[in-house]
Amino acid sequence: MSFETASAPFPRNYSLEGPLNERAKQIGLANADWYKSDIPRPRMKELMQRSDGPATRDTLIWIGALILTGGLGAWFWGTWWCVPFFIVYGVLYGSGGDSRWHECGHGTAFRTQWKNDAVYQIACFMTVRNPTIWRWSHSRHHTDTIIVGRDPEIILMRPPELAKAVLNIFGILMVPQAWWAMLRYASGRLTDGEKDFIPEPERPRVFFVARVWTAIYLAVLAACVYLGSILPAMLIGLPSMYGAWHMLMTGLTQHIGLAEDVLDHRLNCRTMYINPFSRFVYWNMNYHIEHHMFPMVPYHRLPELHQEILPDCPPPYHGFWACYKEIIPTLWRQRKDPEHFVRRQLPATARPTPPLPIAVKG
Amino acid sequence: MSEWVEACAVGDIAEEDVMRFDHAGRTFAVYHSPDGKYYATDGLCTHEKVHLADGLVMDNIIECPKHNGRFDYRTGAAKGAPACVNLKVYPVKIEAGMVYIDIAA
Ligand code: FES
Repeated sequence: MSFETASAPFPRNYSLEGPLNERAKQIGLANADWYKSDIPRPRMKELMQRSDGPATRDTLIWIGALILTGGLGAWFWGTWWCVPFFIVYGVLYGSGGDSRWHECGHGTAFRTQWKNDAVYQIACFMTVRNPTIWRWSHSRHHTDTIIVGRDPEIILMRPPELAKAVLNIFGILMVPQAWWAMLRYASGRLTDGEKDFIPEPERPRVFFVARVWTAIYLAVLAACVYLGSILPAMLIGLPSMYGAWHMLMTGLTQHIGLAEDVLDHRLNCRTMYINPFSRFVYWNMNYHIEHHMFPMVPYHRLPELHQEILPDCPPPYHGFWACYKEIIPTLWRQRKDPEHFVRRQLPATARPTPPLPIAVKG
Repeated sequence: MSEWVEACAVGDIAEEDVMRFDHAGRTFAVYHSPDGKYYATDGLCTHEKVHLADGLVMDNIIECPKHNGRFDYRTGAAKGAPACVNLKVYPVKIEAGMVYIDIAA
């Protein structure tokens, strides 16, 4: 099956401050109507229902596991026994924090809003994502998913810089950049791209939180100097880096190598089946087509939503390897041939993707 | 000057739910609250013009289907980013089993 994209020719300027932002608005790719599978309203209402139960249970397990593994890591500090505890602690902090940031940012994890807000603030700190900036950037990611010039969350642009992706397995670029951004916000500055999606009245919150975080990191730094040990930073700060690999492993499967500039999430998102531990850490975001098509559905109902729309979607991937054996060769080829991307095949039972509502192509 | 228009019958919207109502090129959302009352607001979210009738009613809140922005549909008050601009609300009355909204309000 072939489908159209409305991408501009290469070299493509992915910046929100560049000309493709305006182009996307002019040709109807920005703020557009996206394809949705048909689900009767009563069933949709059931799937959207919120409850506090699953997220409270999962959050207690998550925090309990953080305390246990962090505590044992600290207890065994200075011996090799600390290593496995810090590996698990890091994943729960640096990668578990990412999915909690995401779900609580949508406000769907808990029914009670203050619980979403509380976990959101903690998870933002763990992932070094300013709560206000990232709430707005993620809103834009949902409005204009992988629309070049509009989506601030395109993590690998074409042609891909593979070295960056490899370094970010341990957050080597991403996290210091996030700390640098935190210092920039703490000094009261935003880039033009950030100003594009953050309304004026929201900006003081950005600066306030960045100042609080800077104070916390300074306290951690002072504790390290005082104790003559990096142990405090192993517990607060560094896990954003050494625990990021699971986030990257899951996050790269979401959109990488798929179509840009389409208006159908079945063509630019991947849904995959993964092991229960990763699903716990990732809070079911492996059902990524489902999440993008219906962001109102809480993470714990996504498996049901998946069954509901399965006949209308491309086949899910079975495991990480199934994704990466597609992603790695695609990225490799895109270094030389940036026009190349993976065209997802819709099954015979699916409704076709609607034509793009635009006049200009190429 | 009021302009009451018939939006639906009382039984058309389940409790704690919302329905879209289009009239004369305008779009509204009509709500049936868990305590049995009816309310009406503009039909489109103030953030990005998405139909609120596809969203979720929880108690007195309507959550937008696009970015989960929340409004109190009784007052139209926006309850937090990315819903920052209040919704316009309209008076509602029930007569002979029908729900009317005053679209001139
Ligand atoms: S369109 Fe309603 S919150 Fe964004």
